[in-house]
Amino acid sequence: MEKRVVFKNRWLPYLLVTPQIVITLVFFIWPAGQALKQSFFIEDAFGLRSEFVRFGNFIELFSDPLYLNSLKTTFIFSVSTSFLALSTGLLFAVMADRVIKGATIYKAALLWPYAVAPAVAGVLWLFLFSPANGILALTLKSLGYNWNHVLKGGQAMVLVVIAASWKQIAYNFLFFLAGLQMIPKSLIEAAAIDGARPAKRFWTIVFPLLSPTTFFLLVVNVVYAFFETFGIIHAVTQGGPYKATDILVYKVYSDGFIGLDLGGSAAQSVVLMAIVVTLTVIQFRYLERKVQY
Amino acid sequence: MANVTLKDVYKSFGKNEVIHGINCEIKAGEFVAILGPSGCGKSTALRMIAGLEIITKGEISIDGKIVNELEPADRDIAMVFQNYALYPHMTVFKNMAYGLKIRRMPKNEIKKRVHNAAEILELTEFLDRKPQQLSGGQRQRVAMGRCIVREPKVFLFDEPLSNLDAKLRVQMRLELRNLHENLGITSIYVTHDQVEAMTLGDRLIILEDGHVQQIGSPLEVYERPATRFVAGFIGSPAMNFFDVRLSADGRLIELSGSDSLPLQNGAVPGYGGQEVSLGIRPEHFKIVKDGDGAIQIKVDHVEILGADTLVHGHAGEDNTFLTVRLPDIHHFQKGKVLQLAVPPEKLHLFDKETGKRIEN
Amino acid sequence: MVENRPFMTVLTHAMMFLAIIIVLFPIYIAFVASTHEASDVLMTVQGWFGSNLVENYTSVLQSGKSTTGGIPVGVMMWNSLIMALGIVFGKISISIISAYAIVYFRFRFRMVFFWIIFMTLMLPIEVRILPTYHVVASLGLLNTYTGLTLPLIASATATFLFRQFFLTVPDELTEAARVDGAGPIRFFFDILLPLSRTNIAALCVILFIYGWNQYLWPLLITTEKNMTTIVMGIQAMLYVPDAVNEWNITMATAILAMLPPVAVILVLQRQFVKGLIETEK
Repeated sequence: MEKRVVFKNRWLPYLLVTPQIVITLVFFIWPAGQALKQSFFIEDAFGLRSEFVRFGNFIELFSDPLYLNSLKTTFIFSVSTSFLALSTGLLFAVMADRVIKGATIYKAALLWPYAVAPAVAGVLWLFLFSPANGILALTLKSLGYNWNHVLKGGQAMVLVVIAASWKQIAYNFLFFLAGLQMIPKSLIEAAAIDGARPAKRFWTIVFPLLSPTTFFLLVVNVVYAFFETFGIIHAVTQGGPYKATDILVYKVYSDGFIGLDLGGSAAQSVVLMAIVVTLTVIQFRYLERKVQY
Repeated sequence: MANVTLKDVYKSFGKNEVIHGINCEIKAGEFVAILGPSGCGKSTALRMIAGLEIITKGEISIDGKIVNELEPADRDIAMVFQNYALYPHMTVFKNMAYGLKIRRMPKNEIKKRVHNAAEILELTEFLDRKPQQLSGGQRQRVAMGRCIVREPKVFLFDEPLSNLDAKLRVQMRLELRNLHENLGITSIYVTHDQVEAMTLGDRLIILEDGHVQQIGSPLEVYERPATRFVAGFIGSPAMNFFDVRLSADGRLIELSGSDSLPLQNGAVPGYGGQEVSLGIRPEHFKIVKDGDGAIQIKVDHVEILGADTLVHGHAGEDNTFLTVRLPDIHHFQKGKVLQLAVPPEKLHLFDKETGKRIEN
Repeated sequence: MVENRPFMTVLTHAMMFLAIIIVLFPIYIAFVASTHEASDVLMTVQGWFGSNLVENYTSVLQSGKSTTGGIPVGVMMWNSLIMALGIVFGKISISIISAYAIVYFRFRFRMVFFWIIFMTLMLPIEVRILPTYHVVASLGLLNTYTGLTLPLIASATATFLFRQFFLTVPDELTEAARVDGAGPIRFFFDILLPLSRTNIAALCVILFIYGWNQYLWPLLITTEKNMTTIVMGIQAMLYVPDAVNEWNITMATAILAMLPPVAVILVLQRQFVKGLIETEK
C-alpha cells in the first residue's frame, strides 16, 4: 500500500532511516553473517587459524549425540509448553468469556504473569519445587512421591515446562479472549437452536472459528519456547541434570561462551536462524491471506 | 485577489495522459466552477493549480507569476478539501491558526484574524472544541475558516459540499455565494453537481475525460452548449437526443415519417443530407392542436411533480425515448399520442462524430 | 452463553477462581517467604507472612546478598531501569522516524531498507549471540549502558506498527498541512506525532517490559558486578557453592524484579492490551 501524497525532500528520508539501518547492519546483519561464515570454519583454540570445512561443522553437529539430545529435548519442551499454555489459556478465556460480572477483574488478575521475566518465573517455581523446602515438593513428598528435580531429569523437564507455560498463559488468554469476543453471538445462538449442546457447540463452531487465532498463537508459543526461555533454563537447571533440559538455545550459549567452540556454536546458531526464518515465513504467509496491507 | 492563467496544461501519470491541454484565463475576483463527471480530471486540475500535483506540460500562473515550480505554501493559495482535512488533535482555533503560525504571524494578529473569520462563519462558540465534536456542516465551515484567515490570492474548493446532506448543501451554497460576494477573492470550485456549478459560478469550465468541453457562463452553457456532452450534462432532466437527417439543402430536419422541422436561420452549410444529432430540452416542448405538431410522442408514463409534470414516452420509427416537461399538472393515459412542437431557436444540432455543436 | 444454567455459572466462577489461584500462587508464596528470616524458610514451608518484611527488603536493596559479593539490589534495579528506559526510548524514536521515511517519502533503496529492517524480525538476539558479542566487545561497549541497550533497539515490530498506523492517516491531512505551509519536519512534529500518541503509549508499556526482562544479553556483556541487572542478578543468587541458600533474600529480590513491570501492566492495562494486539498484526 502506498500513500498518494509524498514529500519531495532528497536527503531527509535517508537521514531518517539511517539510525535504524546502521544499528540493524552493525548489530544484526553483520553478526548474523559472521555466524553464517563461522559455521563453515573450524578455528583453533587461539583463533589464529581457521580452516574451511564447508559443511563439516553441520555434519558433526547432526551426528553429535548431545546435539541430537538437545533437539529432542527442545522438541519435547516446546510441544509440552505450547500445549499446556495454549489449552490452559483457552480454558481460561472460554470461562472469562462467559462471565459478565467480574470479567475485568479476572482479566487484570490473569494478565500479569506476562510482566514476569522468564528467569524470574523459573526462580519462583524453583522455589515452589525446591526439594528441601518448596511447598509443592513437600506436598508431593507427603503424598509419597519423591520429588527431586536436581537429580531426576524428567522432573526437571516438568518443572521448566510448568514455569514456562505459567508465564505464557496470560498472553494466550488475552488473544483467545479477543478471538472469542469476535465470534458473533448469533452464530452460537443459531447452533443452540439447532440443538447443539454447549460442548458440541464449542468443538464444531467456536473452535474452528478460532483457528486463525490458534494458529497465530501456536507459532508465537513455539517461538517463545525456542528462544525466550533461555532465562528459565539458565536460572533453574543449567540444562541439567545430565542435559535433560539442554534446549537448543541454551546449548548455543553453553557451547559458545563456556565451551568456546566457535564453529560448532555458530553452526547451531545457523540452524536456529533457519528455524526462526521458517516460522516467521509461515506466520507471514498465513497471515497475509487474512490481513490487508 | 489575483488572476489565474492555465496555458496548455497537460498532466500524465506515467505514460497515461489524463489532462489533454487546458487553456483558461480566470479573472481576478471571479468564481469559476470546474464541472464534470467522476474521473474527468477536475480534481487533478485543481491540485495542479494548488501545487499538490506536478504539471507535466504547460504553465500555470497566479497573479502573473508562473507557479509551476512553487510549493503549495508559496503560491498564496488556500484550499478546502472534500473531507475537510481538519487536524483532529487541534481545537478549531488552532486548526485555523496553524497556517498563520507557520508563517510566523504575531500572536495578536492571528487571534484577530481567527476571531474575525469565526464571526463571519458563526463559529465563535466552537473555537475551543475539537473537530470530532462538531457536525458535518460545522466542520465544513472550519475548513473554510482556515482558508479565510490566510487571506490568500486564490481560494480552491475540492467538492466541499459532497459530504453534506441535501438540505445542508442548499444552505451552504447560499453561504458560499455570500462569502464570495463579501470577500471577492478569486475562487476555483470543483464539483460534479451541475446545480452547484450553475448557481455558484460566474463561469464554468466543463471537463470530460481530461478534455475541456466548454468554458462559459452558466447561461451560455445552458443555451448554447458547445458539445453534445455539455448539452447532455447540463440541465435536469437531461436534454433529449435524436438521430435525424438533414434535407439535401440543409434547411430542414427530416424526422421519421414525413414530418420535418425547419431550422432557425436557414441552411446549415456542409451538412446537407447528412445524419446529425438533434437535441431538445424537455422544457422546450409545447403541446399543439392535432395536425400542427411536428413530433408525435406516445406516452409511457407520467410523473406529476406538482409544479411541473414530466411525461416519459417514445417517438419516431426507432422509438427514441424522450422526456417532456410541461408546466402544471397533466394527466395523460398510457398510450396517448401527444402532438408537440418546438420553437426553431431551441433546436440544437451536433455533429454525430465529433459531438461539436453545428451552428445554424 | 445461551442457556442460563446456574450450575454452569457457579462452575465458571469456580474455574476462574482456580485460574487466579494458579496464577497468583507462586507470587504469594514468594512474597511470604521474603518476609521471613533465612532459617525460617530453609527447612519448612511458611504459609503466612513473617515479620522481617522491612528488614529483608531494605537489606537487599542496600547491600544485596552478602554471600554473593553483595551488590545492592537497589543498584541492580537502577541498571535495569536505565536499560529498560533506554530501550523504550531508543526503539520508539528510531522506529518512528524510519516508518515515517518509508511511508511518506519516495527514495531510491526505499524497499531495500524496508527489507533490511524486516529481517530483524527473524534474528532475535538468541541466534546471533556470539558474533554480536564480538562486535560489541570490539566497539569497547562491554559493561556499558550503551552496550546493554544499543543492540536491542533495532527491531521491526515497532517500525511496522508505526507504518501500519501512518498508512491510515488520511492523505488529505498531509495535503492540508502542505497548503498551510508545513514542511515534512513540521508535519511530523505538529501533526503525525500527536496523532500517534496512543500507539506510542502502548509501545512504551510493551517495550518497557521487554527491556526490563532481558536476560541473555545482559548476562553476556556485563562482567562487572555493578553493572548487573536485577533479572540476571537473581540467577547469581541461587548458586552459591558453599553457603546456605538464603531463599528469603532471593524471593525478596524476585518480588522486586517483578514489581516495576507488573505495576506498569496494572496501571496502564489498556495501553498494554492495545500494545500487545497492535504489535502482532
